[in-house]
Amino acid sequence: MAELKAMEMREVLVAFLDTELSKEKGNVVLLEADLASCSKTVPLMKKYPDKVINVGIAEQNMCGAAAGLSAYGFVPFIHSFGPFVTRRIADQLMISVCYAKQNVKIIGSDPGIAAELNGGTHMPLEDIGMLRSIPNIVIYEPTDNVEFAQALPQILAYKGAVYVRMFRKVPSPIFEEGYKFDLFKANVLKPGKDVSIFASGVMVQTAVNAAKLLEEEGINAEIVVVPTVKPIDAAAIIKSVKKTGAAVTAENHNVIGGLRSAVAEVLAENYPAPLTSVGVKEKFGEVGKIGYLRKAFNLEEADIVAAAKAAIARK
Amino acid sequence: MEEKVVNLAKEIRTNILDCIGSIGSGHIGGCLSIADVLAVLYGKRLKYRAAKPKLETRDRLVLSKGHAGPALYSALAASGFFPRETLLTLNQGGTKLPSHCDMNKTPGVDMTAGSLGQGFSCAVGMAIGSKIKGHSNTIYSIIGDGESQEGQIWEAAMLASQKKLSNLIAFTDYNHCQIDGTVEDINDIAPLNKKWEAFGFNVQSIDGHDLDAIDKAIAKAKSKNKKNGKPSMVILNTKKGKGVSYAESIGFKCHSMSLTKDMVEAGKKEVNA
Repeated sequence: MAELKAMEMREVLVAFLDTELSKEKGNVVLLEADLASCSKTVPLMKKYPDKVINVGIAEQNMCGAAAGLSAYGFVPFIHSFGPFVTRRIADQLMISVCYAKQNVKIIGSDPGIAAELNGGTHMPLEDIGMLRSIPNIVIYEPTDNVEFAQALPQILAYKGAVYVRMFRKVPSPIFEEGYKFDLFKANVLKPGKDVSIFASGVMVQTAVNAAKLLEEEGINAEIVVVPTVKPIDAAAIIKSVKKTGAAVTAENHNVIGGLRSAVAEVLAENYPAPLTSVGVKEKFGEVGKIGYLRKAFNLEEADIVAAAKAAIARK
Repeated sequence: MEEKVVNLAKEIRTNILDCIGSIGSGHIGGCLSIADVLAVLYGKRLKYRAAKPKLETRDRLVLSKGHAGPALYSALAASGFFPRETLLTLNQGGTKLPSHCDMNKTPGVDMTAGSLGQGFSCAVGMAIGSKIKGHSNTIYSIIGDGESQEGQIWEAAMLASQKKLSNLIAFTDYNHCQIDGTVEDINDIAPLNKKWEAFGFNVQSIDGHDLDAIDKAIAKAKSKNKKNGKPSMVILNTKKGKGVSYAESIGFKCHSMSLTKDMVEAGKKEVNA
C-alpha cells in the first residue's frame, strides 16, 4: 500500500473494503450504481463477484436491495455520487434503511464543490441538511486519510446507517500518523482563545490557513474539526466557545441544514454566543475547478478571516 | 386443497375483519384480496418457525404493498406468531401492529414497507443475500397492482433477472383498483404479463382466489425457476374486498373504508358461510 498521506481517499476505502470482503465469514457487501470506475472498486468487483454488485443506474433499487441484504444479516456499503445517494433516494434511505433500522453504509463521493466539472447537477450542497432530520443516521465527512482509515472500522462496527461524505482524491493531510480518532468526537486541531473555527472536510485546511492569517493580525483562533455533524459533539462545541466567546463555521455545504445549523442549535440552546458562517449561501452548484468554486461560493481563507473578525466584533 | 388451508383462508378473512373493525376503519379491500395467497403461503408453502421468527434460513415474505399489513397480521396470528387478541390493537397508540408493516415491531414481519415500490427491492436484496450465503430458501413478495406504477418496482425487476434470482417468487395482487379509481383509468399497467416476461421473469397468470391454483403456481414457479434460473411472477387475478359483499360491491372505494361492528359481524358470517 502506498503511504497513507499520498493515497486518494477512495483508495483508502477500497483497501478497507478489500480486507473486509476477503474475510470468508465477513458480512460486508458492496453495491455500486454504475460508478465503480469512479470509486475505483472495479478490481473488487472482479475479485469478489458475489459480494460486489453493480445494480446499474438505479439508485432507488440499490438502496432497497441494500436494506434487504442488511435484513438478511449483511453490512452493505452503497456508493454513488453524493446527490444520488441522498436527495435522489431520500425516501428509500428514510424508510427502507433508517425507519427499518437497517445497517447500511452510504458512501457519497465528491462532497459539495469537489464535484468540480460535473457541476450543479452533481454537486451536493444540501445533502446533510436533507438527512440530518432523519432519525437513526450518522453523518460523517472525513477530514483526511489518517482520520478516514481509523473511521472505517468504527463505521463498520457501528450498528446502523452511516452516511459518508467522501472526497475522492488526495486530501490535504491534516493529522499526524498516530492521531487517535473517535467517530463521535470533534477534535481541537489548534488551541486558541479569541474565536472558535468549527470546520469540516475540505474546509479544515482552509481554516488552518485562515488561522495563520488571523495570527498575523494578533487574533488567536481555535480550530475544532467536526467530522461528524450528526450526532454533533455538543460538549466539544460548548467547551470551545466557553473559552473563546465567538464562533465561525466553515463548511463545503449550504449554510442551511449543515454544520452551521448544527453548531447554531447547540449554541442557541446551551451557550448563546456570536456566530458567523462560511458556506454556500442560497446558490446552486456550477461547473469549475475547485479554486474557481471556492472563490465563487466564498469558501476561501479570506472569507473565514472576515467571518472570524465579524464574530469577534460582536462579542 | 387441504382443509387446513381452506380454513386458514377463512380465518385470515375473519381476522382481517376483527382487526380492522377494532379501530373502525382501514385498508379492507386490499387485505381481503390477498387472503388466499397468504393462506397458501402460511398454511402450506412458506418454511418458517413461529417460535423462531428470525431463523436465518427461513423463507421470507416481503409484503411490498405494506398497507395490507392487517392481512399479514391476520395470517401471522393464525400461524402462532402472536396471540389473536393482539389483532385488536391495530393502530392503537404503542401497538405492535401499525397500519403499514414494521419488521421491528411485529414478530414474523420480514420487512418494513409502506412507501410503495420499496419492499420489492428489499426482497430482491434478500434473494441476493440468500444466494451469497448458499441457502436453499425462497423469498416471496407481494406487490400491489397500483404499486406497479412505481418505477422502483421495475428497477428491482431488472436486477432480479440480471442476477438470476431463481429463489425469488413475486405475486401481483391484480385487483384493478387503487385509491382514486381503477388502475386502467388512472395509469394502466397492462399488459402486465408481457411486461414481466420482458423483464426476464417466468410469468403465470391465475385466479388469485383459487387456493389450488395458487398452490400449483408456486410449485410450478419453483421448478421452472430452478430449470431456467429466472425469478417468477405470479399474477393473481383478484377482486378487491373478496369474500365480503359490501366491500366487493363498491370496487375501488373499498381500498380504505369505515367498518361498523354490525358490518364486522355480517362480514364474518359471510366469509364463514
